[in-house]
Amino acid sequence: MSNLSSLSFYIPELIIIIAILLVIVLDVIPVCKKYTFPLSLGAILLASVFLWQSYGESHGLFMGMISIDPFSHFFKMIFLLSTFSIILISRYEKQLDSNYSAEYNALLLIVLLGMFLMSSSINLIMIYLSIELVSIPSYILAGMLKNDKESNEASLKYVIFGSFASGLMLFGLSILYGITGSTDIGVVTAALQAIEYPLSIYFPLILILVGFGYKISMVPFHFWTPDVYEGAPTPITAFLSVAPKAAGFAILIRVFYTMFTLEGSVSATLPLTNINWPTLIAVASAVTMTLGNLLAVQQEDVKRLLAYSTISHVGFMLMAFAIISPDAVRAIMLYLFIYLFMNLSAFYMAIFASNKLNAHHINDWDGLSRKNPVLCAFMALTLISLTGLPPTAGFVGKFYIFAELFKHQQFYWLAVVAILNSVVSLYYYFKIIKSMYLVDVEGEVNKIEAHPVVNWSIILFSAQNILFFIYWEPLIGFIEKSINLWSG
Amino acid sequence: MESSILTLLIFVPVAGAVLMLFFAMLYGKENAHYYKWIAAITTGIQLVLAGILYLNFDPALSITESPFTVQLNWITHFNIQYFLGVDGLSIPMVLLTALLSFICIISSWKIEKQALGYFSLFLLLDAGMMGVFLSMDFFLFYIFWEVMLLPMYFLIGIWGGPQRMYAAIKFFLYTLFGSVFMLLALLALYYYSDPHTFSLITLIQTVGSIDATLWGLSVKYLIWMALFIGFAIKVPIVPFHTWLPLAHVEAPTAVSVILAGVLLKMGTYGFLRISYPLLPGEMVNFAYILAVLGVINIIWGATNAIAQIDLKKMVAYSSVSHMGYVLLGIAAAISDSPAGAQAGMNGALMQMFNHGTITAMLFLLVGMLYDRTHHRWIVFPNDYEKPELAGQQGFGGLGAKVPVYTGFVAFAFFAGLGLPALSGFISEAMCFIGGFSVFRTLTIIATLGILLNAIYFLRAYQRIFLGPLNETYKDLPDITHRELFTIIPLAALILFFGVYPAPLLDMISPAMDGIIKIVQSVI
Repeated sequence: MSNLSSLSFYIPELIIIIAILLVIVLDVIPVCKKYTFPLSLGAILLASVFLWQSYGESHGLFMGMISIDPFSHFFKMIFLLSTFSIILISRYEKQLDSNYSAEYNALLLIVLLGMFLMSSSINLIMIYLSIELVSIPSYILAGMLKNDKESNEASLKYVIFGSFASGLMLFGLSILYGITGSTDIGVVTAALQAIEYPLSIYFPLILILVGFGYKISMVPFHFWTPDVYEGAPTPITAFLSVAPKAAGFAILIRVFYTMFTLEGSVSATLPLTNINWPTLIAVASAVTMTLGNLLAVQQEDVKRLLAYSTISHVGFMLMAFAIISPDAVRAIMLYLFIYLFMNLSAFYMAIFASNKLNAHHINDWDGLSRKNPVLCAFMALTLISLTGLPPTAGFVGKFYIFAELFKHQQFYWLAVVAILNSVVSLYYYFKIIKSMYLVDVEGEVNKIEAHPVVNWSIILFSAQNILFFIYWEPLIGFIEKSINLWSG
Repeated sequence: MESSILTLLIFVPVAGAVLMLFFAMLYGKENAHYYKWIAAITTGIQLVLAGILYLNFDPALSITESPFTVQLNWITHFNIQYFLGVDGLSIPMVLLTALLSFICIISSWKIEKQALGYFSLFLLLDAGMMGVFLSMDFFLFYIFWEVMLLPMYFLIGIWGGPQRMYAAIKFFLYTLFGSVFMLLALLALYYYSDPHTFSLITLIQTVGSIDATLWGLSVKYLIWMALFIGFAIKVPIVPFHTWLPLAHVEAPTAVSVILAGVLLKMGTYGFLRISYPLLPGEMVNFAYILAVLGVINIIWGATNAIAQIDLKKMVAYSSVSHMGYVLLGIAAAISDSPAGAQAGMNGALMQMFNHGTITAMLFLLVGMLYDRTHHRWIVFPNDYEKPELAGQQGFGGLGAKVPVYTGFVAFAFFAGLGLPALSGFISEAMCFIGGFSVFRTLTIIATLGILLNAIYFLRAYQRIFLGPLNETYKDLPDITHRELFTIIPLAALILFFGVYPAPLLDMISPAMDGIIKIVQSVI
């Protein structure tokens, strides 16, 4: 489709672009400064309305640079939801200086735009650009607390690791271009089918995996994760742990399913001849979840603990990615959807604790259940869900992923590794529950109320854990409809 | 009415817990009184429902024929059903659960610390246990099995003794370790059987045709082993038992009662409900090992109990020993004499029920002593915090001071050591008869357990209740009416089934015959 006629299918992105520009402009006009916050939220709402209207359409836009398809729509919904929630919650985070609120919102919107592109790029150059568009504002956001040493450290580490990883990925992409002569992934796929020498595909494949693996913090490209998550302002940590990861998975699925499989589509079941990347992913998955879990066990800082635990969740999702099948994609999408809610509510609880109690260390959470019983009950529910125990949605997510391994009768050893890992994860998630509930606190305790926005965000995001456990069939049906990739 | 009774059995306690939350919102959390009464009434209703179930229960009907069976689709996408049923195997467990839950609520009457949390978690635990015994869909079974762990964790962790946090997480980690393997077994059963189903009734027919292999072993064997780990930890079979004494000692009285009375039975119930009918071939090959493990349990549990100086820990180890009889009994299902197999299997299930009542009584009695004296040492340990007491007898001569209490303890101890005319004797003897028909030597070794049981029970009795009165306890009050109310139903059942076990036996034997038939068909 030509550039001009593509624009009419590009309305959600255009809305976001206009909002970014407006926020930047309004920031310099002193009277209008306060409107940047409602403007950002409004833009996201408007974008989601337009997105919902076009849900399920499938087009190639901008002369084969971008594709609009149900698969990307699903992920865009996740991005909109998480960005909306983060912008909203950030206003009630004490750490953040409200003077920079406009910049902050503009940067978040730019990341949002980048993630939109990530989920729908079908061209090697677009892939690289969209990842950078997500990364660069994220570096700044991680260092948003200008006077905080840890935040600066987080930002710097993020930049160094990030640029290194994207450099390697760019190298991989250029090799692909070199051996196939095209940047359009459809053409690349066709050309790759003809290449018999496996090493020439393995080499770029692994380099590309470095770039994607870095975005989703797959071991061994995870080193930035704990430091960045600990140093960054908590709402940004929450954001980074969810949205860019989902985007990373979106692009991972799209690129690998279209470029490195025999069928070259999401309905693929076999990798390219001679190339056994599923085993590579399976090993990475086992290492990722095990390392993430074992390191999380030792953590005493709640944010850092949650950071390592997100690594282990990535390992879980990669487990299904090692199975090439549309059902596996569905399982990953279901897990991501549930993971979005449970992780956000856990981090919001950390925001509440650090805002009201200045609590960072697990021991600072001692007896919290008596200070705010309602939120703690929901936090306990979230943690149970993160562990993956019934009756919660986290269990459903894990169940679907395990079911994929059994359905395709592959990687049983991975299932055993994963199941042992979920026992390990019980230990550290329940360290938080232990602090909240089991530890006795002496003397009178005062009730602490959260701001209503924080309060209801935690409750709503946590309550879904029960809802999607009791009846998840509609959710799975919705995802089922969303796994179509556009093919030229 | 008939088809909704099983659903009600599970969800009446849940409704009670929800009601408590409403009360908490309306009247504040402080009024412990409301919560006690709500809990007592809901478990009371549950007990009445269980009674109605018992009166209308026809042992001759299988699950598919029973009017109580409920079978509805839950998640069609995975063919998961809301499938509840009751047969001779589950009905004694259902009755036991309902009875013990009610008794435990009454015995927890003095709980003041966070009463809302305690009673609502207790009701959720109750619902989870009921669900395990009534589910006929493996997925549903698994859900209830896990759901039960959460309230248990909190009940031990918040209301337990000094080491409660360690005990709670140890209990949770151990049982979760077991149950995650069960999850793998569940998925393997689903995907290897054709048609894919979680229904335990359909699976009996379809599992037989699985002949796939994995890692050089047959898939059925791997499934058996995975299920075995899950159930063995729960029983607990000896190398996996270390969570049990700790959890029992730290847990509050009522929770110990539920742990020993109901939770341990879930392990052996799982064997009989899932492993045996689904994988009879593997069971036959494994029976000898099961019997050996049973004997180890009997001897190991009993010898450990002898070594204990903490009364509650002694009772906890006696549970390990008593569960060994169950294992020996169920291993006898392979017996070539039909009478032996029947005696073993029926004896095992009766032992599950009887041990539930006996051990509940023991724990309640220990709890009463602890409430009054705030310690449970038969003999104070050498490193006791008060050096002048170290190595001294903890009690002594209480018999004259609290005669009614002492009488009940004597009754419970004798029931525990298997005195004839009390229910424990009948079921243990039947387990031995069954075991003897297959595993001669093993059973002879196992009978030593009876002797060992007698040693620790009688010695504990002597040290606590006989001899000169320990002056510290000269004002010890005797048993109260509320406490009597919790003890007497159990004592009555122990005595009744000791003299006349026929009602229990008639109720369970058709179901057990069915399992024996499945097992025997593959020999």
